[in-house]
Amino acid sequence: MAGRKTLLLVGATSDIGRAVASRYAREGWAIVLTARDPSAARRDTDDLSVRTGEPVAVLPLDVLALDTLAAFVDALPVLPDTVVCVVGELGDQNRAEADPEHAARVMATNYLGPSLLLGILADRFAARGHGTIVGVSSVAGDRGRGSNYVYGSAKAGFTAFLSGLRNRLARGPVRVVTVKPGFVRTRMTQALSLPPLLTAEPAEVGAAIYAAAERGRADVVYVRPVWRLVMAIIRAIPEPIFKRLRL
Amino acid sequence: MTDRPRDIAGPLGTLSGWGRYPRAESRILRAEAPDRLPGLVAAGTDYVARGNGRAYGDAAIGLHQTVLMRRLDRFRGFDPDSGRLTVEAGVLLADILDVVVPRGFFPFVVPGTRLVTVGGMIAADVHGKNHHREGGFGDHLDALTLLLPDGRPLRCSREDNPELFTATVGGMGLTGLIVDATFRLRPIESGWIRQETEVATNLSGLVAALDRSAEATYCVAWIDCQSRGGHLGRGLVFRGEHASAAECAGLAPPRAAGRAAVPVPVDMPSWTLNPLTVGAFNALYHRRGAAAARRPAYVPWRQYFFPLDGLSDWNRLYGRRGFVQHQCVIPPGSAQPVLAEILERVARLGSASPLAVLKRLGPGSGLLSFPMDGYTLALDLPANAAALALLDEIDRLVVPAGGRLYLAKDSRQTRATFEAGYPGLGEFRRLRHAIGAERRLTSHLSARLGV
Ligand SMILES: Cc1cc2nc3c(=O)[nH]c(=O)nc-3n(C[C@H](O)[C@H](O)[C@H](O)COP(=O)(O)OP(=O)(O)OC[C@H]3O[C@@H](n4cnc5c(N)ncnc54)[C@H](O)[C@@H]3O)c2cc1C
Ligand SMILES: NC(=O)c1ccc[n+]([C@@H]2O[C@H](COP(=O)([O-])OP(=O)(O)OC[C@H]3O[C@@H](n4cnc5c(N)ncnc54)[C@H](OP(=O)(O)O)[C@@H]3O)[C@@H](O)[C@H]2O)c1
Repeated sequence: MAGRKTLLLVGATSDIGRAVASRYAREGWAIVLTARDPSAARRDTDDLSVRTGEPVAVLPLDVLALDTLAAFVDALPVLPDTVVCVVGELGDQNRAEADPEHAARVMATNYLGPSLLLGILADRFAARGHGTIVGVSSVAGDRGRGSNYVYGSAKAGFTAFLSGLRNRLARGPVRVVTVKPGFVRTRMTQALSLPPLLTAEPAEVGAAIYAAAERGRADVVYVRPVWRLVMAIIRAIPEPIFKRLRL
Repeated sequence: MTDRPRDIAGPLGTLSGWGRYPRAESRILRAEAPDRLPGLVAAGTDYVARGNGRAYGDAAIGLHQTVLMRRLDRFRGFDPDSGRLTVEAGVLLADILDVVVPRGFFPFVVPGTRLVTVGGMIAADVHGKNHHREGGFGDHLDALTLLLPDGRPLRCSREDNPELFTATVGGMGLTGLIVDATFRLRPIESGWIRQETEVATNLSGLVAALDRSAEATYCVAWIDCQSRGGHLGRGLVFRGEHASAAECAGLAPPRAAGRAAVPVPVDMPSWTLNPLTVGAFNALYHRRGAAAARRPAYVPWRQYFFPLDGLSDWNRLYGRRGFVQHQCVIPPGSAQPVLAEILERVARLGSASPLAVLKRLGPGSGLLSFPMDGYTLALDLPANAAALALLDEIDRLVVPAGGRLYLAKDSRQTRATFEAGYPGLGEFRRLRHAIGAERRLTSHLSARLGV
């Protein structure tokens, strides 16, 4: 089909990722997925092919295998029009404090891998002359909090990377969009009890990402607008007070 | 039941049905993937599945544990040649419609809301506005996978394990967890419904109009609960047909995504339902319908089948106390006088809902399926003492008439009413005994009614 656009979704087993892919598919996009273990992801990829009405391609990718990222991009069947990266790991803050290996993995999964992969794609998009990069970061990166600063600091790094990339490419044809979903009801957060008004469904995130990346001009997207306000307040609290809060 | 282990996994949560009455505590377990279900229920006691919580009463609240099924939400396969769809049981009807309507298919049977799961539709053997022609959801079901109380997944169909298949359709989750299902869809040419409205000035006119509409694909009547005397039971009959491609060529396709539902943010005070507000609403609706009488109108499928879904959380309109829905079915022979008596008493109470609905049902297919040959009447009432007393009176009319109440709407019927209405109960209990479901699969509903 001539003129059909392609989405590369990095992280096919993520609930947010599945919602993003469904949303793009409904708009007629061709979908290419990645998963660390495509056979373990069968349940999710079959789901997407039934929803979209056509087979979807699934490519193996582990973003922690940093030296394979460029080769992965070279081997893509088509250079996508938009890439959405939802890779991330919440990890366990208590464990991360005691276990550097766990902490390092959370840091690498949320920051190193996604940043390097999107950096490579951004260069290819720039060389081709168009493309949109969407990175799913988190409000947890807006300010480090005692309850999840290992994850939060990695997301802060990712947010800063995307911001810098956007700044570098702003005069060219490539767009960079940072998404901060707030709380989302997914596998990642199912053990937490979340406040309903601040918590989005994955489908809302999918719709917000499609709208921002393909219809709007926003650089930074908070899925539920109330989060922009919440985080503005959290960032405004002076450090001497902030450090004493239990957050 | 006093010695139930209290330390079994799962945080304690407070659950209620869509009517927000009653509420009860239960330990919450989440189904994450089909292959992890056996481990999940291995130590389960007195649990039941919960889909999207749209049953009004206590059917989806486990006596001890409740297994949330919504995360089993994957599509498995679709064959456009036969119209056969296979999905996991936590998939929402809303998602199915988003996927299949653009491809020219529609489920044979849909209830009055899209926000139900496939598991919930099977467990309640839901009926639509076409039960008189197409039967219930279970009649279009080819097969399902049932996770028995001992953790064994079992394929059930009309050929394989037919007794369990028949018991699971309409079985309110009391035979096991439904894991996935395969069912047939019908081809449609457009997303439009051609609707015809007929005005009936009293109950016998309304029943006659329903009977005349037996050939219509869809048919439902709405009753003005405020009118009495010569106008008792006046209302509107809506007939619907899937519009052909040719006749709606000039119409734009119904919007695919639709606007997000408008939430009702806070609990409305109970006076929202006072007779004046309700009376005004009824009169308005009645006038609008009367004007459209007999002129066909083209209505998008969403608006035709799911008018209430435009207002999310509308159950909050009834305030914190919640509300009860009462839905009975009365066999044809005695239907008219019994319906007249019910409507008379409801009108006397004065606080009835604007939503009294009358439909024609045919025979049901599951062991505990609600549908039977007859007329079904659904009423919403606030959950207060006067309304609850009235419902007890109504039940005393339904039972001698050979009728029954819908379990998916029930939170208050007595055991005697239940036992009188469901002759399949004895066999259902024997089957539950045979698969070891007693003390394993128990909802507040099944404990209350002694299933
Ligand atoms: C606005 C509105 C309109 C409605 N209109 C109609 C109508 O027109 N016709 C009609 O028939 N019904 C109607 N209903 C009732 C509704 O269709 C049923 O209650 C349906 O069962 C709800 O599905 P659910 O997924 O929300 O299930 P829940 O409410 O969560 O559960 C209902 C029952 O199904 C069982 N169950 C759910 N999932 C599973 C599973 N995976 N395995 C085993 N058991 C399971 C539960 O144990 C429980 O007994 C309506 C309800 C509302 C709120
Ligand atoms: N849920 C929330 O409330 C929330 C809030 C804010 C931000 N977010 C962010 O949103 C994104 C998606 O979240 P989610 O809730 O959908 O989480 P999720 O279901 O846990 O998804 C995480 C995804 O990352 C993939 N992944 C992990 N490590 C990887 C690696 N080394 N290489 C490749 N892929 C890897 C996982 O794939 P596997 O299946 O292979 O593990 C999975 O697809 C994450 O970045 C998360 O931080 C979520």
